[in-house]
This record gives sequence, C-alpha cells and structure tokens, in this order.
Amino acid sequence: MSRRDFLQCAATTVSAASLPLAVAPVFTPTPVPTAAPVPAPFAEPVTVVLVVNGKRHELGLEPRVTLLDALRETLGLTGTKKGCDHGQCGACTVLVDGRRINACLTLAIMHEGEAITTVEGLARDGRLAPLQAAFIESDAFQCGYCTPGQLCSATALLAEFRAGDASAVSADVRQPQPVATEAEIRERMSGNLCRCGAYPNIVAAVRTVATAR
Amino acid sequence: MQSFFYDRATHANQAVGLAQQPDSRFIAGGTNLLDLMKNDVMHASRLIDLNRAGLEAIAATADGGLSLGALARNSDTANHPLVRQRYPLLSQALLAGASAQVRNMATNGGNLMQRTRCYYFTDPAFTRCNKRVPGSGCAAMEGINRIHAILGASAACIATHPSDLCVALAALDAVVVVCGPQGERRIPIQEFHRLPGDQPQVDTVLAPGELITAILLGPSPFAEHSHYLKVRDRASYAFALVSVAVGLALAGGVVYQAAVALGGVAAKPWRIPGAEAPLLGQRPGTREFDRRAAAVAETLLAGARPFKGNQFKIPLAHRSIVRALQLAGRSPGGAA
Repeated sequence: MSRRDFLQCAATTVSAASLPLAVAPVFTPTPVPTAAPVPAPFAEPVTVVLVVNGKRHELGLEPRVTLLDALRETLGLTGTKKGCDHGQCGACTVLVDGRRINACLTLAIMHEGEAITTVEGLARDGRLAPLQAAFIESDAFQCGYCTPGQLCSATALLAEFRAGDASAVSADVRQPQPVATEAEIRERMSGNLCRCGAYPNIVAAVRTVATAR
Repeated sequence: MQSFFYDRATHANQAVGLAQQPDSRFIAGGTNLLDLMKNDVMHASRLIDLNRAGLEAIAATADGGLSLGALARNSDTANHPLVRQRYPLLSQALLAGASAQVRNMATNGGNLMQRTRCYYFTDPAFTRCNKRVPGSGCAAMEGINRIHAILGASAACIATHPSDLCVALAALDAVVVVCGPQGERRIPIQEFHRLPGDQPQVDTVLAPGELITAILLGPSPFAEHSHYLKVRDRASYAFALVSVAVGLALAGGVVYQAAVALGGVAAKPWRIPGAEAPLLGQRPGTREFDRRAAAVAETLLAGARPFKGNQFKIPLAHRSIVRALQLAGRSPGGAA
C-alpha cells in the first residue's frame, strides 16, 4: 500500500463541506516529553533558480538563505536593504509576481521560477518610473535607506488600488473601489518605516502618482 | 538561523507523509516561523514547503458557505469578492492585521498556527518562559505584562494569541479541516486553540504531523451588520490590546442572532456560549440595546483576572464590546 493510499485526506474539502462535523477529541493533559535539542543538520547548498528583474540566475544556496540575503550577498543587488531583518521595517520590500513582500521573512528557495523585481528593476530603459520621479520631485527621502523598500511597496500599492483592494481604513469593504486618500495611503504604507520621518512627502509622492491614473 | 533540510510538497497528503520525518515542520508564508527561527525560539531539522501543495483555493460550498484554503494568502482572502460581500467581518479582521507585505505572504492556516508575541517568549535573552522552555517559569507574571491575558491564563503562562483573523472566525463559528496520518478530521475553531493549563508549550489540539488544509464557514446572517474593532498602541501594524468581532442578524430592525468574540485577552479567541442572548429581540440604537450590550460584556468578562500591568484591559474590553455592538448595529457592512 502506498503512502498516498494509506492517507485518506480529500484533495479538496469543498465537496465535503456539508458533512456533519466530527467532534474534536478532548485534549487530555498528558505530559509532553521535552526532547533534547536536536543538533542542526548540515544542509548542503542546492541549485536554486531565481528570476530577478527579468534575468534568470542559477545559484547554489543553502535552504536557510533568505531571499534578501540571496539578492544582496549572492547576486550583489544591494538596492534592497536589510533594516531589521524581522519584517518590521519594510526596507527589504521586493515584488514577487507583482506583489510586495518582505524579502527577509522568506527563503530564496521558496521563490524558484517566480518573477522577482527589486528597486533596480523599477526603471525602464534608463528612465525612472513615475513613482521614482515623484519621490525626487516631492523630496520624499532624506538618508534614502528606506527608499528602495518604499518604492517597491508603493509600486504594489498602485496595483492594489487599481484592483480595488480594500484596506483597514476603507469605509465599507463591500464597496468595490476605494479612493486614494491620505488616510488610505498611510494605512497601506504602514509596513514601511522611515527613520528620517519623511512620511508627509512620501505620502505626497505616492498620492501624486496614484491620483494621476 | 540554523541549517535545515528543505522539501517541497506538491500535495497535502505528500506533505503529511514528509512530515513524518523527525524534527520536521511545515512552512507556509514563513512570516512567523522564520522570524522565530532567526531568534532561536523555534527550530527544525527539516522544513516542508506547502506553497506549491495546491491548498490556496477559496470556493463557495454547497451549503451556501465558503471554504478558505489553508494556503490562501491573508490578502487574497480579505479581498476575495465572496469574502467581502458575505463575510465583511473576516475581511475587516484580516486587513486590521500586520502590513500589506506580511498579508501577501501570510496564509490562513499559518495565521491559526502563529505563536504569541509575549516578549518573554520571542526573546531567548529571557531565560524564563514555560512556552519556550517548559518548566523554566513565567517571567511575564511578575514582569511587563501590559499585553497579556486577563482570561483563561494559568500559573504557568499568561500569553495571548495574537491573531485578528481567529477572532472573526470564532464569531463566525468556523471549522478547521485538518489532514493527518490517520486521515481527515474537523475541529470547531473554539476547540482548535488550547488554554495554557500546565502545558503552555502546546498551543493547539493539532497532533504532530497534522496539517490544516482548509477553514470552513457556514452561511452567515451577519453580512449586513458586523464590525471588527481593534484597539492597539499604533493605528496600524500593531497587535491588538483588545479586539472585538461582532456579528448581528436583524429582521425588521430587531436582533434575532448575534455573535461576539474577544481577542487580545486570552490564549484563544474568547467566546461564552449564550453570552449574546440579552441582545435578542433588541433594536440597535436604543438605550435598552446599549444596556444589553453592557450585559454581554459583563458575561464575557466574568472571571477576568488582571495582572499588574494590564488592569486597564478589563474596562477597555468592556467598552470595546459595547462600542463594537453599537457600530455593528448602526452600520451596514461594518463601516466605522
């Protein structure tokens, strides 16, 4: 009997949704053995194919390498910044298949074959993206460390507005199209911190581009 | 981060099979797991990647409900047309959590499995934490316990569950579908998370190697009148000090069904069966409705036991419950 035959889980649960609910077993507080820490194995580097800014790279990476470290240390794309390395500051924000994520909280190996865009990939043919131009125009940075993350994050924000996505400050999530108000932009950019406090100008830059469309 | 082996699952059953290997863990979005692994709070010799296991579907069910795939991202779930129209409470709760970046990574199943944000748990510089090192003690009990539990805590642990999604799921009586070596089982959301008791290291009733595959929602009468109220230290990207998920079903302006769940107060979303009964037959917007809302709060908070730093949570929770009920009664779709 194969493992697949042995396991009886449905591949999808939709069809089974109307079945009566099983009663979950009552938890009995039996002591959980606290196992001695298992020594970490040594996992050899494996081949990982990353597609970054349209270019395919075949890399040898240990599974534990984060996407952020692969971009910066292995590929030398140091535009993406390491701030907190814990998903709190947003300096490492990149786009994966057009969606913004924190590159520090994910493994490079989890993104094989996906289209990764870093700040280096936002300009086209030597011309700044409208958001990049707006950041300069609005003086939306001081030290610049958070800027690559802000730019990638705001790029996705524009796409989310176009898609009609709601946010925590949208008046009614049942209404299809939110408006790019200052409150909406601030809420949607809350995953990107700026230690220089350039927030008013960042909001202005994002709003200029968001309302120009 | 310590070294580990990596397997990629392409099917739920395969993932469960792979998880039978020693010291292995599932990874979905990874937003909490990798954070904790970097801090040496959690460890694994092997990670089993679920991201290509085909568990991301969100689909209407035959009974008029909805099945949320365990691997559906928080952002996709919050913005799914059926979720926004039929379960705005769920959208609101999801959008109140984390940041846009994290919601694009974090999954529904992972949200249920996330660990507490108790400072003494997430930082191994603190030696005493029964959840991290069973038997080591609880530093929060006598320490900074502003964010900690007022309900359901034990002498071993006073941590809270940090999820917003789970609070809404509790109000919606969701059911968690789980796949394991023995096959499939279904767990009502209220029975999924454990109170700490003398085993605070065990957060849920999942057996080792069991995998969440989906979350089921029944048809909801709360689409017109619901509200998720989250009270926190920052306006965005912060965990709840107290949160309230409310659903009201009205006919002719009168409540015929109600659900109230509390977050940020215990190791699990807090509901008391029948606590909402005083609201039945009441008309939101009246003084009597507000009085009954206060009675619901009294019932939910009965037995609340604060610690030195979180006494404020009792009146805060009380007022939040009343306010969330008022807002749900007033506003179609939960508009603030």
